[in-house]
Amino acid sequence: MYENKRLGFLFVLPFVLGVLGFKLFPFVMSFALAFTQYDIIDPPEWVGLQNYRELFGHDPLFVKSLGVTLLFAALAVPLRVGFALFIAHVLNFKLRGINFFRAAFYLPSILGGSIAVAVLWRFVFAKYGLVNLVLAKLGFEPIAWLADEHYSLWTIVLLFTWQFGSAMVIFLAALQNVPVSLYEAAECDGASKLQQFWRITVPLITPVIFFNMVMQMVQAFQEFNGPYAITEGGPLNSTYVLALYIYDQSFRFFNLGYGAALSWVLFALVAGLSALSFWSSKYWVFYSGEKDQQR
Amino acid sequence: MNARSFPLPRYLALFTVAVLMLYPLLWLVGASFKGNAEIFSEVGFWPSRFDFGAYAKGWKTSSEYTFATYFLNSFAIVVPRIVVTVISCVLVAYAFARFEFFGKKLLFGVMVATMMLPLIVLRLPQYLMFKQLGWLDTYLPIILPSAFATDTFFVFMLVQFLRGIPRDMEEAAMIDGCNALQLLWHIIVPLLKPAIISVVVFQFIWTMNDFMGPLIYLASVEKYPVSLALKMSIGATEEVEWANVIAISVVALVPSVLVFFAAQRHFIEGAASSGIKG
Repeated sequence: MYENKRLGFLFVLPFVLGVLGFKLFPFVMSFALAFTQYDIIDPPEWVGLQNYRELFGHDPLFVKSLGVTLLFAALAVPLRVGFALFIAHVLNFKLRGINFFRAAFYLPSILGGSIAVAVLWRFVFAKYGLVNLVLAKLGFEPIAWLADEHYSLWTIVLLFTWQFGSAMVIFLAALQNVPVSLYEAAECDGASKLQQFWRITVPLITPVIFFNMVMQMVQAFQEFNGPYAITEGGPLNSTYVLALYIYDQSFRFFNLGYGAALSWVLFALVAGLSALSFWSSKYWVFYSGEKDQQR
Repeated sequence: MNARSFPLPRYLALFTVAVLMLYPLLWLVGASFKGNAEIFSEVGFWPSRFDFGAYAKGWKTSSEYTFATYFLNSFAIVVPRIVVTVISCVLVAYAFARFEFFGKKLLFGVMVATMMLPLIVLRLPQYLMFKQLGWLDTYLPIILPSAFATDTFFVFMLVQFLRGIPRDMEEAAMIDGCNALQLLWHIIVPLLKPAIISVVVFQFIWTMNDFMGPLIYLASVEKYPVSLALKMSIGATEEVEWANVIAISVVALVPSVLVFFAAQRHFIEGAASSGIKG
């Protein structure tokens, strides 16, 4: 029965329709829209490359926004993935109460994307919020996290890092395939836990590190709720990420063509960086021979 | 690794990280019972006295609807969306994991690629599409695409799970004359249960969290889900009644937290299995 090609295609049909209708068609449409000027009332007008010329030539806000987005991703992705890997490494040793810790570390990544947490985050980093209260207790000067352009991005980076749980559980699952005997042998030879981390854990799960890096990067470039609800892009546009700029141009100012061009810059950026990661992966990602028996 | 020593330093490290991560949440729950003055002077989370006033006021909101309306709206989106997601994703995953058909490799590649496609690129044209269809200010743009297995992460997760299940039972059932749908219902779905629970939990929490979708598609306040109503209530109060805003944010998180703890054992593993093969 499983060789019945028509039956198989029948089952996969919803996906085919969905991809064509809700993914591919909008994707192509957005590409075309980027070459038009369109305010949703009058019909779109073809303007060729003008949107892109405007973007790269005469739009300081775009340049600022691009810089903020790149900085955010460059800080947030390694922090999240690094944290996730390290905690997974520590949790991987047989410990009592591992389920408690796993749940505790995972919870933020479940709630973190919500507006409610973004709202709460504002109070944690407010002038007299939790973080500054703790800093004061420790004898430090309070920091104007939300008002100072040098610190504002950190509130969002920390919110992103705080949600390392989903990457962590993927690492944990992968680590269960690393033979315990390797760690035991290393222990006999006197390797410290930190050495074991760098010499055994990291090299053996490079495929999963790679997977998490790429997936988290795609997410980081789309971060919206945090900057929208915590800092509203400010102060001085220091948290005005591209997703916010795209939203403003598309749905607030109704410069639909410009918004589409912006989103294609974001897409090109993500696609380019993914391609770069895939290219670089052959130098640092090693698949073991028994890949097919991994689960 | 082995039980010869009690790894105290490791416990201390883990415990410290856990406290660092969860304390902000705890502090905010405590803050929801405090007065404005106490919120911004106390590091401790335990309130000096419990004041439920913020909950009552926050729940009532400054709009003409209470959060009861907004919660019902959220569930009116979440429940149908979960149903259509599970049905479509299981069907498609079944096809990918078991059947041979024309273009399977290509389609699977497309599916993996769409997981990496930044959805924000699609928002604007999707909005125009749904506008053309007259679906703006309804829940259809949020629910309907899920009926076509567009949440490809779930399909991928289910495929990975199915591939790990031996086919013996299915082969036995086939010999006994089961057709494909009977096979799916009586054999595959029961085996897939842990993965399906993961899909339900994730779709529940993600849809509750979804903010940009409702923000773009919904115009009338009476149709707002919790996420949107929450953001609106901040704008309206000008941050004067901070305790109200904190209280209602805490309430907004309750359904997700409950679902998380009810199912965490199952679905953390389900989530993990999706990434193994990358």
